[in-house]
Amino acid sequence: MTHWLLAPVILPALVAPFIVLAARYNIGIQRVLSLAGVVALVVLTAGLAWQSADGTVTLYQMGDWAAPFGIVLVGDRLSTMMVLLTSVLALFVLLYAVGSGWDNRGRHFHALFQFQLMGIMGAFLTGDLFNLFVFFEVLLIASYGLMIHAGGNARLKAGVQYVLFNLIGSTLFLFALGSILAETGTLNMADLAQRVTLIDAEATVGIRVAAVLLLMVFAIKAALVPLHFWLPSSYAEAPAPVAALFAIMTKVGAYAIIRVYTMVFPPDLAATSGLFDVWLLPAAIVSLAIGMTGVLAAKKLDRLVAFSVIGSMGMVMISIALFTPTGIAAALYYIVHSTLAGATLFLISDLVRTGRGNLDLTAQPTVSGNALTAAMFFAAAIAMAGLPPLSGFLGKLLVLDASYDSPLMVWIWVVVLSSSLISILGFARAGSILFWKAHSVKRAEDAKPLPQPTALAYVSVGGLLTLLVAHTVFAGQVHAYTTTMAAGLFAPEPYIETVMDTPGKLSTPAEEY
Amino acid sequence: MELLVASAIGIMTAGGIYLLLRLRTFPVILGISLLTYAVNVFLFTAGRLTTSAPPILRDGIDVYADPLPQALVLTAIVISFGMTAVVVMIGLGAFLGSDDDHVNDQPTGDDTEPEGRS
Repeated sequence: MTHWLLAPVILPALVAPFIVLAARYNIGIQRVLSLAGVVALVVLTAGLAWQSADGTVTLYQMGDWAAPFGIVLVGDRLSTMMVLLTSVLALFVLLYAVGSGWDNRGRHFHALFQFQLMGIMGAFLTGDLFNLFVFFEVLLIASYGLMIHAGGNARLKAGVQYVLFNLIGSTLFLFALGSILAETGTLNMADLAQRVTLIDAEATVGIRVAAVLLLMVFAIKAALVPLHFWLPSSYAEAPAPVAALFAIMTKVGAYAIIRVYTMVFPPDLAATSGLFDVWLLPAAIVSLAIGMTGVLAAKKLDRLVAFSVIGSMGMVMISIALFTPTGIAAALYYIVHSTLAGATLFLISDLVRTGRGNLDLTAQPTVSGNALTAAMFFAAAIAMAGLPPLSGFLGKLLVLDASYDSPLMVWIWVVVLSSSLISILGFARAGSILFWKAHSVKRAEDAKPLPQPTALAYVSVGGLLTLLVAHTVFAGQVHAYTTTMAAGLFAPEPYIETVMDTPGKLSTPAEEY
Repeated sequence: MELLVASAIGIMTAGGIYLLLRLRTFPVILGISLLTYAVNVFLFTAGRLTTSAPPILRDGIDVYADPLPQALVLTAIVISFGMTAVVVMIGLGAFLGSDDDHVNDQPTGDDTEPEGRS
């Protein structure tokens, strides 16, 4: 058994307290430690992803206790890809936070950032539902601190909403876990997959309630309409680098849905059939429509980006709700795209705020650093709205292609295509007000010139845009990889066998019992 | 005993949800506390209701209490306690800063500052 699988959880868990204890008063040392930690994390997660690329499922048993008695961490293609995506995103976001000075506007940014990474990594790697709950709480409690970083009344108010909504979500999660435990007696995902099929067809009430509750919890995390109300104000009010990191948090919900509902409650399970085509798919379509309409209706750039995140989560969930291997493969491709594009847009809106003073979509004098910021906004908006040539367009094509056999195919095509048009209008309107019409507004004579964003801030946004371009150029390879990944998800036997059959403590009874 | 425990969970949940819908920080926090009490008891009953049964294997005993829900409840109590403390602090900060304890967005009536934010 190798211990490397635990490293992405342990490393930030050690770096964070070290930053608090040893480098509390020196932002320079904090920055160096935090950046070094994240760079090491990128290397580690790239290693894990490379290790799992051939389909190997790696297992880590906590304290050497065999599943289902002990908690296990499992690394397969899906979880290692998500972990790699998180660490790469974290690297660029952290560079931006350092470059823009956001990390120095309040205390303990770097420690909370590392704890947040620990929670996200753990949530992606764990093979146990209760442990998933615990890692959700770890990432949430760190995100509460990050969300209100640098303070301010508006931010605190949005923070209260965010915390309360997530507390209610956690309580629901516990209710779901209690019902699952009462029905099956286990919370290990691989063990659950075996036991759920054994439940008598007459006695599925409890497990059906549990499946729906669990889906609701994950839908809250994924900001699916009608459970999306926490997202717009909290993402808009959060400090920009934090909002950019939060772009991966909605994907934790999407990941959990893919993981649990391919393995534990697969689509061919009679007890939970109808959950996706009757409930999840229409909700996802409405999410996409509402999100993209919000893009057109928003009066401020940060709200606009937050609504575009809801819209792109709707697109991801449409593709997941089809629950076919092609649908999941398209969803996984789109998840990577949507994380990168959402994070880029949040960072760009902060570039605009730095050079303009506010984010209102009204005619005001030009943004300092206008040309470069405008070019970056243009590229990121093209990606998010799904215009060629960037990966949003390819992802959308894949989703449309995957929906051919769905009974709601007409609805999906109509909503996807018309919402694209609406979001293009929304982004075009925002871009022309911010960067183009600004040229016709005279700057007041006595106005102080606003600062230019720093070079490092531009470098990190440029890095994310480069990743988006790479995601487009290597779309063939990435999609081929997500297709094999999806095929593996619909045939989870290697995963279940690895978890259940690997020996550990208690797998063979000792002699005296 | 089943009736007593089940109705206790139900009443606490109902009270919690009622308080959640009051949309002011203090009742909402109380409501969340009630909900977490309800869910703790609910988790406890997931291991079936037994009285004076040992959770650890012994000779000559064939009725056991399930130890797993007890461990889960401990974790859940610690987490919900910590989270409640966090939300009280953030809520207090927001109330002292803006002199308003509504948890939902309030209309401001000022068009130049939508949502009343800076």
